[in-house]
Amino acid sequence: MPRIPLALSTSIDSLSILDEKGRLDAALEPDIPGEMLLRLYRAMLLGRRFDERLLDLQRQGRIGTFPPIKGQEAAQIGAVAHLQPEDWFVPSFRETAAELWRGRSMESVILYNNGFSEGARIPADHHDMPVSVPVGSQILHAVGLSWAAQYRRTGEIAMTFFGDGATSEGDFHEGMNFGAVFQVPVVFVCQNNQWAISTPFSRQTRSATIAQKAAAYGMPGIRVDGNDILAVWAAAQEATQRARAGDGPTLIECLTYRVMMHTTADDPRRYRTDAEVEAWRQRDPLPRFQQYLLGKGVLSGNEQKEVEEEVLQDIQAAVESAERQMQSMGDPLEMFNHHSAELPPSLVAQREELARELAGSAGEVRS
Amino acid sequence: MMMTMVQALNMALRQEMEKDDRVVLLGEDVGRDGGVFRVTEGLVDQFGQQRVVDTPLAESGIVGMAVGMAAYGLKPVCEIQFSGFSYQNFHQIENHAARLRWRSQGRYAISMVLRAPYGGGVRALEHHSESREAYWAHTPGLKMVIPSGPRNARALMASAIRDPDPVIFYEAKALYRAYREEVPEEEEILPLGRAQVVRSGGDLTMIAYGAMLRPTLEAAGVLHEQEGVEAEVIDLLTISPLDEESLVRSVQKTGRAVIVHEAPRSFGAGAEIVSRIMEKAFFSLQAPIERVAGFDIVMPLFAREKSYIPTVARIVAAARKTLKTDM
Repeated sequence: MPRIPLALSTSIDSLSILDEKGRLDAALEPDIPGEMLLRLYRAMLLGRRFDERLLDLQRQGRIGTFPPIKGQEAAQIGAVAHLQPEDWFVPSFRETAAELWRGRSMESVILYNNGFSEGARIPADHHDMPVSVPVGSQILHAVGLSWAAQYRRTGEIAMTFFGDGATSEGDFHEGMNFGAVFQVPVVFVCQNNQWAISTPFSRQTRSATIAQKAAAYGMPGIRVDGNDILAVWAAAQEATQRARAGDGPTLIECLTYRVMMHTTADDPRRYRTDAEVEAWRQRDPLPRFQQYLLGKGVLSGNEQKEVEEEVLQDIQAAVESAERQMQSMGDPLEMFNHHSAELPPSLVAQREELARELAGSAGEVRS
Repeated sequence: MMMTMVQALNMALRQEMEKDDRVVLLGEDVGRDGGVFRVTEGLVDQFGQQRVVDTPLAESGIVGMAVGMAAYGLKPVCEIQFSGFSYQNFHQIENHAARLRWRSQGRYAISMVLRAPYGGGVRALEHHSESREAYWAHTPGLKMVIPSGPRNARALMASAIRDPDPVIFYEAKALYRAYREEVPEEEEILPLGRAQVVRSGGDLTMIAYGAMLRPTLEAAGVLHEQEGVEAEVIDLLTISPLDEESLVRSVQKTGRAVIVHEAPRSFGAGAEIVSRIMEKAFFSLQAPIERVAGFDIVMPLFAREKSYIPTVARIVAAARKTLKTDM
């Protein structure tokens, strides 16, 4: 009868291990093997350099519009690195670094961003979904995939990525809710890069954090410094272990920043200040991690240069290979492929219509 | 065994689930409650909650989750309680179910069925009576199926579940318990994309589907009794892909056609059928093609729905109009 406060467990952790000045909280430092540290570093560097190269290609008119990832490499690599090959990776559209980690080729990224659907082809043995453009809609697919993994008792988990804007979508809510209700092995990774095109985080939600939303769904949530790969690694390790143990989903909010434009078609100067961007450039995840590795003796100055050169060579080789491939990929009839297991008669006819046109008989009058 | 359409659909689901453990049902109230129309009655007892999944109340959630399940090779059958609520999952069908095969370049076939009751005639609330099959038929990558009775509902449902691509399966509420029909216990399937000639005749082609088949057959009977007209009646069964060949063959023979659907007239399935006939059988036509359809208005509440839904009298009148004309 009376009005009484209900004690809800709504506290969430905020985690930072390696701060922007390179200071380490040694008590929280995760125990990552040296070999893995180098893999993480190389993947972040590759993500960064490839992104820069894509921007060059776009500005030169050699590829179309694409969404840069610069500044979000730690948030992606620190999380995706916990997936086993047979686990399910469900990206949105700003996870190029994570996609490369999962084995997507740079060639395929170039093809896709130059308008060739072949670039989205997923090899038969990969447990990865193609990019998903409608914001937040892929969250539910991760729930379904992890539900299926649980149903088949394969032990696999799923991890899905989305941005702060996605958390305003109904599918975010439905995905969190379904995931928690069914206690499926899924990890929800929000890359809160603070801008959904021109809409700042403060106009996306009145919640102080994204992570706290987890409490409403009855699952653990944590906010981490998304530019600190050690913090992302630690949070994702906990979350993936929880999923594998059958203890259900986790929401990880990686607080990061979209240093570049939304896509190459966007001009961020219309809605935010250079000073704000500059402040976030100072929190760049890459040099921070590099300093950590140098200080730890895992990486030497010479090795750093070698990795840098190697990465640039790989990118150059991929660009050349993609451009070679695209020269012989013009066949417009390809657009009729992969719509259904079998083409219905009406589509066979439409395909023939285009084939005739391409063969140069379009001008003939049909009797 | 004599069955209602509800029982026939239930049998199809049960038999497919017995045959293939990839088939999983999910939706609102499909488990213990057996679905609000009882199509899934008893299935949770036989197959358990892991295969008959009561979900939270969220259509996009149901369909989006099913897309993920299908990407992993399961065959989810989603029940959307009323088709009027499936606009909330429209984007998961349009953006993902219908094109993940294409987007992944053949890697992920989305073999799933979305079942939804549609249509008027059962004195229901707003949002519970409309016919919007044209939305789905317009989307590349989808099949749109509407059975017209217990026996073909069962056979088409079996095919829909086995189909390697997404199928939207509309069930006419007006037919759920309208009559019983003999449905064989042994396997029976009907191919998707094929219409059936359910009454032969050489004077006129009448094309209908779902709940409109029965009034159309009745109209054909009236025309026969009153003026000796032999109408050929085609039951479309699959709206998309359209069985153009059957339609064209019939109209080439009769030279006249009437199309009947409950959905609004403009941009409806009838418009596409007219167009196909014009492309392939124009020179056989002896009269303009008639459409008998719902009006282009919000489906009225039930006090007036009888005046909205095509009636036998309207169908007969349209047929007489085409029969009177000679080009």
